Amino acid sequence: MSEKEIIPELVRKRRSPFVDVMMRLAKSPLAMFGLAIIFVLVFCAIFAELISPYSPIKQDLMHMFETPSAEHWLGTDEFGRDILSRLIYGARVSLQVGFIAVGIALVTGGMLGAVSGYYSGKLDNIIMRVMDVLLSIPQTLLAIAIVAALGPSLMNLMIAVGISAVPTYARIVRGSVLSIRSMEFIEAARAAGSSDLRIILKHIIPNSMAPIIVQSTLGVASAILNAAGLSFIGLGIQPPNPEWGAMLSGGRQYIRDYPHMTLYPGLAIMLTILALNFLGDGLRDALDPKLKR
Amino acid sequence: MSEEYIRVENLKKYFATKRGMLHAVDDVSFTIKKGETLGLVGESGCGKSTLGRCLIRLLDSTSGKVLLKNDNDDGYIDITKASPREMKALRKRVQIVFQDPYSCLNPRLSVWELIAEPLIVNNVHSDKNEMRKRVRSLMETVGLAERLENSYPHELDGGRRQRIGIARSLALNPEFIVLDEPVSALDVCIQAQILNLLNDLQREFSYTYVFISHNLSVVRHVSDRIAVMYLGQIVELSEYKELFSDPLHPYTQALLSAIPLAKLDVQRERIILEGDVPSPIEPPNACRFAGRCRYAKDICRTTPPALKEILPGHFTACHFAKEQKQ
Repeated sequence: MSEKEIIPELVRKRRSPFVDVMMRLAKSPLAMFGLAIIFVLVFCAIFAELISPYSPIKQDLMHMFETPSAEHWLGTDEFGRDILSRLIYGARVSLQVGFIAVGIALVTGGMLGAVSGYYSGKLDNIIMRVMDVLLSIPQTLLAIAIVAALGPSLMNLMIAVGISAVPTYARIVRGSVLSIRSMEFIEAARAAGSSDLRIILKHIIPNSMAPIIVQSTLGVASAILNAAGLSFIGLGIQPPNPEWGAMLSGGRQYIRDYPHMTLYPGLAIMLTILALNFLGDGLRDALDPKLKR
Repeated sequence: MSEEYIRVENLKKYFATKRGMLHAVDDVSFTIKKGETLGLVGESGCGKSTLGRCLIRLLDSTSGKVLLKNDNDDGYIDITKASPREMKALRKRVQIVFQDPYSCLNPRLSVWELIAEPLIVNNVHSDKNEMRKRVRSLMETVGLAERLENSYPHELDGGRRQRIGIARSLALNPEFIVLDEPVSALDVCIQAQILNLLNDLQREFSYTYVFISHNLSVVRHVSDRIAVMYLGQIVELSEYKELFSDPLHPYTQALLSAIPLAKLDVQRERIILEGDVPSPIEPPNACRFAGRCRYAKDICRTTPPALKEILPGHFTACHFAKEQKQ
C-alpha cells in the first residue's frame, strides 16, 4: 500500500494561471516595490479630495513661491497654490493619460501588428507602409495635429497621444509575431484545427509578450511626458487644472530661484516611471514559465 | 489490410523563388492501404516533409489530388479541394506528429493544456470532467505519468515531449497519421521506445501511417511498404523486404549500399555517387538522377521515366529497370 502512495511534493497542484502568475510576481521584491508605489498613486488619484490638504486651484497670493514648510509640505507655486495638493490631484490626470493612451496605442497597434505579421503579404505591406508614414511624422507633432483637429480636452489628449504611439507598437508586435509565426508549434496548432484568431490570441501573443510589456511600461512614461508637452502649449489640460507635466513646464521659468517647483513634479513622474518599469520587468519574468523558481 | 485508403494522383507542390519555380514535390502518384505503414525515405531536401504536409493539407498543393476514402460509403473526398468546413471535419481524421519535439510545443502551455488543445478547438467534450478524463487516458496511452500534467515542455526530456506530440495527434481519434521524422531528434534508446509505442498504437487502433525518415534502418523496422524519393519524385515503391533484397532503381541501390554493416568480414560493393543533388529549381525535363547514374544513357537525358510496375507491387521510375532485372 505504502509504495503506491504518491509523494506529495511530486504532484504539483493545479492553480488558476492568474494565481500562478501572481505568486511568481510576489517573489520579486522589485516588482512588489513598483506595485506598492502604483497602488499609492492610484489611491491618491481616487481619494484626492480626502487626502489633499488644500484645494489644488485656489490661489493664495500671500504665500507665493514658498519653499517647503510645515504648512505647505512641498511649498507653493507662483500663485500660492499648494504643490502637494496639486501633485495629488495631478496624479488623477497623469495616470489616466498614461494608462489610457498606452491602452489605445497597445490595442490598436498590437492588433495591426499581429494581423500584418501573421498574414504577411499584401495586407502586411499596406499596414506597415501606413505605419511608416505615421512614423515619419514626429510623435509630438502628430499629437499636436490630432488634438488641434479634435479640440483640446482630456479625452482628445489621450486619443492624440495614443494614436501617435500606434506605429511603435505595431512594429514591435509585428516583429515578434514574425519570429513566433515560423515556429513549428504554430503549424501544430493549425494541424489540431485551431482557427487563425485562436492561434494569434493563444499561441502568438503570449509568446511575444516580453518586448510588448517592456515597451508598454516605458510607453506610459513617454505618454505622460507627451501629454505634458501638449498641456504646455495649451492643447492639453487647461490651466488651472493640475497636471504633472504642466506643473513641470510651469515651474521651468522659475527654476533658478525656486527649484522646488520643478523638482517635485519631476520626482513624481520619475517615481511613477520607475515603479512601472520594475513592475513591467517582474511581470515579464512572471509570465514566462521557463523562468520559474 | 489490402483495402485502398488514400490515393494520391499527380500531386505537385511548387514554391515560387527568386530564381524560378522550386519543384518540391513533382507529379507524385501512389496509394496507401488501410492500416499499413508507408515509409517515405530520401535525403534532406528531397521533398518528403513537403509531401507529408500536402497529404494532410498543412500546405496547399499546386495541383493534383489527395483522395481519402469516406467512412460510410465507397466514395472519396479530395483533401486538396475540401472547403473550410469540410477541412474542419477532416482535421479529426488526419493528423501529424512533428520532427522536433523541442519546437512543436508551445512553451507557455502546460502538458495538460497542450493535450487538451485539439479537444477544445474541436468542441469534442462539452463537459469539463469528461475532457479531463480523456486527457488523462491519452496521457496513459502514450505513457506519460499523471503527475506531469501541470509541467511545462521545457521541464521534460525529448522523449516525453514527443509523447506529448503523439498524444495531441491521437486526441481526435484520427485514422491517418503522418509521422514526420518523429524520432530523428531523439537519442537512440528513446527512439526505440517511441517506435515501439507507435507500433503498439497502430496495432491497437489500426491507424494508417506515413512514416517519413532519412534513416533507412528505422524505416525498415516500421514500414510495410517503402517509397524512395529523389528530388521531388518517387523513384521506387515496393514492399519493404523486396526493396531491401532486390532494389531496382540505381538510386535505391546506392542508398542501400551506404547502410553501414556491423560485420567485419563481409565485403560488399559500395556505390559511391558522384556529384551533388541537382537544383530543384526548374529541373530539366529528363531523368533527375541521370547526372549521377552509372547506367545513364542518352534517353535518360531527354525523357523522364514514368513510375512503372516492374514486378507485382514493385514500382520504379527507371528506363532500364527491366534490363537490369535480366
